[in-house]
Amino acid sequence: MKLTFTIQGGDFTHAGHPSSEVKKVLKQLNIDNKIIKNVVIALYEAEVNVVAHAYSGTVNVEIDENKITILVTDEGPGIPDIDLAMKPGYSTASKSVQEMGFGAGMGLPNIKKNTDEMWLETEVGKGTKVKMLNYFA
Amino acid sequence: MKVFELVEELGLKVFSGHKGLDREISGGYVSDLLSDVMGNAQEAQVWITLQVHQNVMAIASLKDLAAVILVSNLEPQENTKQNSDEENIPILGTSLPAFEIAGKIYQAFNR
Repeated sequence: MKLTFTIQGGDFTHAGHPSSEVKKVLKQLNIDNKIIKNVVIALYEAEVNVVAHAYSGTVNVEIDENKITILVTDEGPGIPDIDLAMKPGYSTASKSVQEMGFGAGMGLPNIKKNTDEMWLETEVGKGTKVKMLNYFA
Repeated sequence: MKVFELVEELGLKVFSGHKGLDREISGGYVSDLLSDVMGNAQEAQVWITLQVHQNVMAIASLKDLAAVILVSNLEPQENTKQNSDEENIPILGTSLPAFEIAGKIYQAFNR
């Protein structure tokens, strides 16, 4: 099964919509609740990263018998230093984004913690791709 | 303990999400950082916060929280209330700051 969503940079109103849809689908498929929780946390963080930092993005979800693979691709500024971005507590979010309670520097670490595998590809000035994989068993 | 029992016991205001007042509460979580709540809050907890915008409801719904409690007389934004009604997750309010309301809820749970 394949699902696709688009994300608009700066649009906090709709942040969480893809996560919510994926959660519904996984529930219908009777996937283990703990795995659904992990997937939802990781996808929500990836969505917020696009909303907070990029201009636009797409979420491509692929669900098969034993795993879910999610690719979040954005057009945005890219990440100059991945190691630093992966460090809990490090954030480049704007002050207004931080005042909303985002930008605590926990996004990428939360993604890593809640996925079985994670890949990050980025090019400064172009954008970032985050691929997340969770096995169902 | 159900949400409406907590409302009665602590005299909380109910802003929205009335249909969710019979949700069962498993405990509480205090934080204003959304990623922290996303990563660490547990299902059916009440979330004590000063954030009033609608992303609060997105997180409450994704995490299946029992209710959101706004501290220090803060009020939810209009679209936050709408989401709360749609998701049937109540938004409650108190005049107390986070430390005090958390203490009272903790006591209510450990009696």
